[in-house]
Amino acid sequence: MAEAHTREVAPGIERHDVAAVNAEQTRQLYASRQAIYPKRVKGDFRNLKWLVMALTLGVYYILPWIRWDRGANLPDQAFLIDFTNQRILFFGLEIWAQEFYYVTGLLVLASLLLFLVTALAGRVWCGYACPQTVWTDLMVAVERFWQGDRNARMRLDKSPWTFEKIWKKTLTHISWVVISIATGGVLVFYFRDAPTLLGEFLNFEAPTIAYLFLGIFTGTTYLLGGLAREQVCTYMCPWPRIQGALFDRDSLLVTYRQNRGEPRGPHKKGESWDDRGDCIDCKQCVVVCPMGIDIREGAQLECIQCALCIDACNGIMDKIGRPQNLITYDTYSNIEGDVDEVRSDLRLIRPRTILYSVLFLLVSLLMAYGLMSKSVLDVNVLRDRNPLYVLLSDGSVRNGYTIKILNKLYQTRMFRIEAEGLPDPVISVVGIEDADGKLIAVPSDDLRILRIYLKVPYSELDKLKSETTDFNFVVTDIRDNTRVRRGTNFRRQKP
Amino acid sequence: MAEKTEIDDVTGVETTGHEWDGIKELNNPLPRWWLWTFYVCVIWSVLYWIVYPAWPTMTGYTKGIWGYSQRQAVKADLAAGKAAQAKFLTAIEASELDDIRGNPELMRFALAGGRTAFADNCAPCHGRGAEGTRGYPNLNDDDWLWGGSLSAIYETIRYGIRTTHDDTRLSDMPKFGADEILEPGQIKDAANFVLSLSGRPGDAASIARGKAVYADHCSTCHGEDGSGIAALGAPNLKDALWLFGSRQEDVETSIRTGRGGVMPHWDGRLDDTLIKQLTLFVHSLGGGQ
Repeated sequence: MAEAHTREVAPGIERHDVAAVNAEQTRQLYASRQAIYPKRVKGDFRNLKWLVMALTLGVYYILPWIRWDRGANLPDQAFLIDFTNQRILFFGLEIWAQEFYYVTGLLVLASLLLFLVTALAGRVWCGYACPQTVWTDLMVAVERFWQGDRNARMRLDKSPWTFEKIWKKTLTHISWVVISIATGGVLVFYFRDAPTLLGEFLNFEAPTIAYLFLGIFTGTTYLLGGLAREQVCTYMCPWPRIQGALFDRDSLLVTYRQNRGEPRGPHKKGESWDDRGDCIDCKQCVVVCPMGIDIREGAQLECIQCALCIDACNGIMDKIGRPQNLITYDTYSNIEGDVDEVRSDLRLIRPRTILYSVLFLLVSLLMAYGLMSKSVLDVNVLRDRNPLYVLLSDGSVRNGYTIKILNKLYQTRMFRIEAEGLPDPVISVVGIEDADGKLIAVPSDDLRILRIYLKVPYSELDKLKSETTDFNFVVTDIRDNTRVRRGTNFRRQKP
Repeated sequence: MAEKTEIDDVTGVETTGHEWDGIKELNNPLPRWWLWTFYVCVIWSVLYWIVYPAWPTMTGYTKGIWGYSQRQAVKADLAAGKAAQAKFLTAIEASELDDIRGNPELMRFALAGGRTAFADNCAPCHGRGAEGTRGYPNLNDDDWLWGGSLSAIYETIRYGIRTTHDDTRLSDMPKFGADEILEPGQIKDAANFVLSLSGRPGDAASIARGKAVYADHCSTCHGEDGSGIAALGAPNLKDALWLFGSRQEDVETSIRTGRGGVMPHWDGRLDDTLIKQLTLFVHSLGGGQ
């Protein structure tokens, strides 16, 4: 993007001699990256982007520090992905490893929401909320702080390695690395108690794995946010390619209103605006674009629809006294409608958006139901396979089972184990003397594995007509009499 | 190489000259990222040869500067495993069987070790689930020829039954028929009586005659009432379990030819801590007394 000279295209407005990085004539195999120097821009969408950045980064950096009292000896971090104990803690919610489908559900919801938003207003995610966009935006802001705006940065890059260039570049990169370390560091805090881990980091006592991931995320933030920037969106991310299928004629997209803008050309003071377009070809939209493209070329794969060109163009329109929104959020049907002088109403409610909304609602309800009926007790019964039954000396028949009781509450619970559907069964629990009728304690937040022997006396054996008899184990929590039934079977010799 | 390069009209790119069903392959250059990845892999592989064992030589192979060897790694892992077990093994060696049973941590270790040792050494005769078969006792039930207490099981495993060990368990059931101690009729009567002990119906007169035969020849070992004597390895004849079958002819065969199963002694083949673990495992199968 060589900027040989600038010239005035309208009173007080200079034209930038710049070509879009994806312009057809400049495309070639083996092209190395053309540096993009996004120019500072002011406007409503820029303010919105600052706000979204503050919110998302704020949540990201602060969340691991929020505390949530769960009781004694339990983690008090509001959001903790606890690998050691295989669970995810989120405020009052606790997701165990075997309930990971809740996380799947959450991802399904996120996808549906993304589909819906994309169908409504295009690449809102890419333009405002994607971490790649947010961090790149932050990195560019830092770069601008040390090296100045577009022109200054271009001059600096072209200049030989003077002392000024060295310290400006060095400070930029140091700032980037600091931001990257903070980013990587905070990510690790989500997996281990944040205050503890911070102390360990400062004393160089943290686990190796923490340093490893700190290093990986520091590296990726610096590399992707600081250096690779728009290349991540254009070449690495699959999402832009999928999104093409999610837009339709009624999606609001960042668009240049061609029929109003064309034919474009410089405008002299006092000249008539008749028989010409409003576009004065100042290329402000190109120089502010973080992707370095020209929105006037229409919808493009590279465009993340961050709307900064809208801000830039509106500023120009104000200066030259033409109406705003030459570049704006508009729909395909309106762009075509413009040509025919027919503008259609915005159709937010249409089959596609209804479908996404209904699916979103359904999955939400399903998850809500799942969360509300989340059990705090898991019982599994495994019957012995070898031997299938044991004949005892008094003629009675014994079967062996393994029962696993998982207590998900933070208190010891007492359980009674009974067999339902067998004649006069005698239950004994290995390691618990005289277990019949006795209670079995399962410690708080723990799994207890019990070996159970179930005997049907010789006198009752005739009541079992076949080799296999189905019955239920009933595990009763004596605190509130909640029962869990698990079906299994009892085997005997051939009658 | 193709004679002359052909330029594709649409893309302006040279073709490779290869053609499949009218489709020509463009000779596009490889993507840069791909090339660089390839170069890195090449460098990586060279470093790998230097660091790790790689090339065969006439007499061996290049060892690599790190001196890594999978055999050494396995050895180290095994040693680490042994070291981790040492604490438990020492404790088991020093403890009485009853004390181990009262210690959940030791017991868990002992049962795991016992289960593995059982599968390796005992399962061929007693079965994978210790379910036994004809002539080889089921270890899950509550019927024990030589006693089902921890100490009795320990002794049986350690010294074996009817083996060459000095301390072996030893007893002998006479061959009442083969050695012509009893007449065939008497054997039949005795079998009838024995079966009647567990409530089997039969000819009353024969049972009465058998009772006298039993009192004279069998009660010394199997007890006056037929409940067996564990110290002699003499089975209980009143229960529902029959090691060699419960049909009339099975019992007659037992009386005629005698019985005497053999179990090897494990003293000297398995170390004492492992025999202890095996004992605890067998005892835990449901029949331990």
